[in-house]
Amino acid sequence: MTKRNEPRDYAAGGGLLNRRVLLGAGMAFSAASATGAAAARLEIPEWSQYPGLPMSEYGQPSPHEGHVKRRVLGLYPEGIGDGAGVSFTPLEELEGTVTPNGLFFERHHSGIPEIDPERHELVVHGMVKQPLVFTVGELLSLPKVSRLAFLECAGNSLFNSLAEPQQRSAGEIHGLIGAAEWTGVLLSDVLDLAGVDPSASWVLAEGADAAKQSRSIPLSKVMGGDAMIALYQNGERLRPEQGYPMRLVLPGWQGSMQTKWLRRVKVTDGPTHTKDETSKYSLLQKDGKAQQFTFEMGVKSVITRPSPGVAPTRPGLYQVSGLAWSGAGRVSRVEVSADGGASWADAMLDGPALPKMLTRFRLPWNWDGAPSVLMSRAVDETGAVQPSRAEWYEPWAPGQLYHQNAIQAWALSVNGEVSNVYV
Amino acid sequence: MFMSNFKLCFVFAAMAAFAGAASAQDIGRPITEADVAPWDISVAPDGDTLPAGSGDVQTGAELYAAQCAVCHGETGAEGPADQLVGGVGTLASDAPLKTVGSFWPYATTTFDYVRRAMPYFAPGSLSDDDAYAITAYVLHLNGVVGEGATLDANSLQAITMPNAQGFIDMYASDRE
Ligand code: HEC
Repeated sequence: MTKRNEPRDYAAGGGLLNRRVLLGAGMAFSAASATGAAAARLEIPEWSQYPGLPMSEYGQPSPHEGHVKRRVLGLYPEGIGDGAGVSFTPLEELEGTVTPNGLFFERHHSGIPEIDPERHELVVHGMVKQPLVFTVGELLSLPKVSRLAFLECAGNSLFNSLAEPQQRSAGEIHGLIGAAEWTGVLLSDVLDLAGVDPSASWVLAEGADAAKQSRSIPLSKVMGGDAMIALYQNGERLRPEQGYPMRLVLPGWQGSMQTKWLRRVKVTDGPTHTKDETSKYSLLQKDGKAQQFTFEMGVKSVITRPSPGVAPTRPGLYQVSGLAWSGAGRVSRVEVSADGGASWADAMLDGPALPKMLTRFRLPWNWDGAPSVLMSRAVDETGAVQPSRAEWYEPWAPGQLYHQNAIQAWALSVNGEVSNVYV
Repeated sequence: MFMSNFKLCFVFAAMAAFAGAASAQDIGRPITEADVAPWDISVAPDGDTLPAGSGDVQTGAELYAAQCAVCHGETGAEGPADQLVGGVGTLASDAPLKTVGSFWPYATTTFDYVRRAMPYFAPGSLSDDDAYAITAYVLHLNGVVGEGATLDANSLQAITMPNAQGFIDMYASDRE
């Protein structure tokens, strides 16, 4: 007979278990049950002794979850660029794959406009048969589609492009990403109403914010069947910080193109070369040349459990869990290492991995209490493999931080503290 | 072509069904390009949408001192907001500095962005003449145009920026 605390089904070094091993099946979760200490007699708490709160019109998280918040980071001193900055999704506090609307990351270049939906309009013009203006009500009346998709800022994981590893939570490093079920109108349907000139090849999308944030998008993506003018996020109308009353969703492509507060789509015969596709969101190589129009987000994964602030409190069984995604399609495989990359084991993927959507991976791990380095490496259906940090950095100039999709390594110390390390 | 016509028919039919009495033609109000003009502020490298008007470096210097220097510095290099001047020749070095002068491939982008988004707390407040003048001044600080330069639609579009050849179009190369 196997002893309770000695699972034999190891899949890789450092205590990673075969993914078919069920936690708890013949193994102890915690020292308490292993030692068999007797529990105290059950009490009846006060909330079971009288009727609770009444119904409410809009539900809020439990006050005990009040610490689960976006971490806000302004990018300029006060009075210089108020409203230009980011807030990070607290990835380490969340489970599953859909991001709650109130915790979905933000990136604004000039604050959140307070839009009156009765007065907001979308104009489609340029190389079209008939320029058209749409009210929000008109867009709401068009046939809709829903799809699940992640949305990642091109600057996500920027801290890991710095020379020294930053000690921040998983969300503060990798949380410029969220995933949602988006519902709206296909952008191609709206453009078809205006009649796109066959010689057109790009569009310019522009927001109604103070910066009139603008990006060029190839017509192939616009008409390709997954580009959407989203009106709803996870079933409710978009939040103001996500582009209320309407935004673009371009599954798999960098966030800054997915124009919030969309007010204008101009059909053109080439890219406009806006500030945010030349000065910013272009990738400077070591040789001084910059890559422009790198739209698709690369294959990537991150372990959210354990991660800084979220760690096993004692040796024994623990479920490693994390998120993987690829702008090119489905995640086909995620491997996990507990020995700094010396050996790898396949993680289980939760549910069917949907294309251009977050995929949750899990793997049981029997931590022996020794210092360990945990890593995850994703592969997508095109065969693309998530690079090591050194591989990722190879082509780039110092300070180049966009499209950082390198493998994250977390070091776990004997006392269960997790830190960010470069391996 | 057949597919797109077919799809269009489907959209129209579906819309008529969804919107009840309304016909497809009722969705979207026709507008002329002339009426779109107040929103049509994007300027591509072809300069086609550059407005009439002009501005010179001297006027731009005064406007810059009054409206931009507080955030971008006296000479455009001091910050605290993004550095607009300097860095030419640094892109391939250990400390690349990306500014309008060292990095931006097209002069039209400077005009487009300054007119649309700056000054930060009063975007859209610059007249077209002012936007030409400030663009002329920022380009002058970067050594791209001379002290006596005046910019209008033609002269702005004709400028070749120092880093015009510095970009690799990854979208085009992916599709080759
Ligand atoms: C109150 C501060 C403030 C003032 C005044 C201001 N700017 Fe800016 N400027 C900013 C901020 C903040 C950004 C970055 C915006 C963003 O995040 O997209 C910026 C960005 C820019 C950029 C893009 C820089 C780059 O490399 O991407 C240019 C060009 C620019 N400003 C020019 C001007 C000009 C010209 C004026 C005067 C008409 C001006 N600014 C006035 C704060 C200011």
